[in-house]
Amino acid sequence: MEARIGFRNTKSVIFKGIIVFFAFLITLPLIIILLYIIKQGVMNVNWHFLTHVPAPVGETGGGIANALVGSFIMVLMAAIIAIPVGMAAGIYLSENPKTKLAYYSGLCVDILQGVPSIVVGIVVYFWIVKPLGTFSAISGSIALAIMMLPIVIRSTEQTLRLLPASLKEAALSLGVPYHRVILKVIVPCGFAGILSGIMLSIARIIGETAPLLFTAFGSPFLSTKITQPMESLPHLIYTYATSPYDDWHNLAWGASFILLMFVLILNIVTKVITRKWKVQL
Amino acid sequence: MESTIVKAENYNSYFGDNHVVKDVNISINRNEVIAVMGPSGCGKTTFLRGINRMHELIPNATSKGKILLDGENVYDMNAIYVRAKIGMVFQRPNPFPNLSIYENVVAGYLLNGIKVSKADRDVIVEKSLTSAALWKEVKDSLHKKGTFLSGGQQQRLCIARAIAMEPELILFDEPTSALDPISTSSVEQLFHELKEKYTLIIVTHNMQQAARVSDRTAFFYMGELVEFDDTKQMFTNPADQRTQNYITGRFS
Repeated sequence: MEARIGFRNTKSVIFKGIIVFFAFLITLPLIIILLYIIKQGVMNVNWHFLTHVPAPVGETGGGIANALVGSFIMVLMAAIIAIPVGMAAGIYLSENPKTKLAYYSGLCVDILQGVPSIVVGIVVYFWIVKPLGTFSAISGSIALAIMMLPIVIRSTEQTLRLLPASLKEAALSLGVPYHRVILKVIVPCGFAGILSGIMLSIARIIGETAPLLFTAFGSPFLSTKITQPMESLPHLIYTYATSPYDDWHNLAWGASFILLMFVLILNIVTKVITRKWKVQL
Repeated sequence: MESTIVKAENYNSYFGDNHVVKDVNISINRNEVIAVMGPSGCGKTTFLRGINRMHELIPNATSKGKILLDGENVYDMNAIYVRAKIGMVFQRPNPFPNLSIYENVVAGYLLNGIKVSKADRDVIVEKSLTSAALWKEVKDSLHKKGTFLSGGQQQRLCIARAIAMEPELILFDEPTSALDPISTSSVEQLFHELKEKYTLIIVTHNMQQAARVSDRTAFFYMGELVEFDDTKQMFTNPADQRTQNYITGRFS
């Protein structure tokens, strides 16, 4: 009997060892990627790099200012489109979970989340780029907004669904009209969750290349015109990394480093916000 | 002088096909404390929520008949207006977690977008918290979040929130069922004081509480209003056999 218990204990220890090992193992890819990109990228990053557009072939120097500005503008526009739409849809889904509309739009959200980003790019190309006759930043933003939507919708829905019904009743019993109950009580109480969903969706789209290939296209010049082609960080990395020039490779490494830092910071800020602004129920 | 504030005439409520409140006729006077008691599932809470039209917010819930508030049928009025006019306190304390204690008290104004000057707001907050016997405990931490208070304090905060809207009638849905005995007695104590200015309808499944706090008691059973009488009378000499059975603990 005692031997039997000893054997069981050993099994438990082995099991625990295995899960600890794998939990550790999954941190390795990230660490390796981080270290590698830092090693390759960090020495290319300096003030000149951040404030200049890429140099033509043959000239030394040059930077990624056009891609930084482009990414910023396009992600901002995508957020302006996707956040209100996504939050409204998310509120509907959490408020009316049993309706037919909620079932089907929920299904569409799930499917949309699985649509390959390149397909989104192609569709936006046929919708907007072709009729307008030119690649444009705005079409890139629309493609990115479509990528953002499912994340914003689901995070809004799930956050709001966790709020207790008593909260809504408290407001309704004071004679507060429905729209004010949602906007002044429900959304503020779920704000941390919704915001973290938004931040994560931004972290997700900031590195998307495929939807931009046929839409924003890219540009070697610093441009702020949203009806014209615009460069973005992931697209710059894509073009420069596949070029035959060493200078350009370095530019791509530097840009990768910047992009990775953005995503890292966004994730950390999200964690801090969720912890700090979480409403104590 | 006694005057009727709430009167139900042939009032019925349903959840889908489920008939929960059956043909209730009751007349409640101003400045009375009414206890509504009965076994679980007897329709007492549903009846209460019919008075300020909270019942209809549940999908599938419907009602028939009249509830007159000061002689006017609440079902002919705007639901929003009815709810603003009648205060309500729930089973579990539910202060708004995103608002401070101060803001919670004036939440009815804030959330409805009613403009009140800072000075008036200060007065409302102090008056309501004093009436809810909470002012002394929280006057130095008005700008802390309401959810940091203890359960009993939170419930009194919710009472203050209801009082701040200056209702004539306040509905309590098992207001002490989630509270410990000390908090419960402080809330019960409060009922005696609130009676001076308001009419209180208190749903409770606690018979001792009904006996302690109310002037008159309504006994609900299986959706019917079985008996409605002076509390003393009902607990010493009930008219109906079912009331007798309930009070003596033959069923619960």
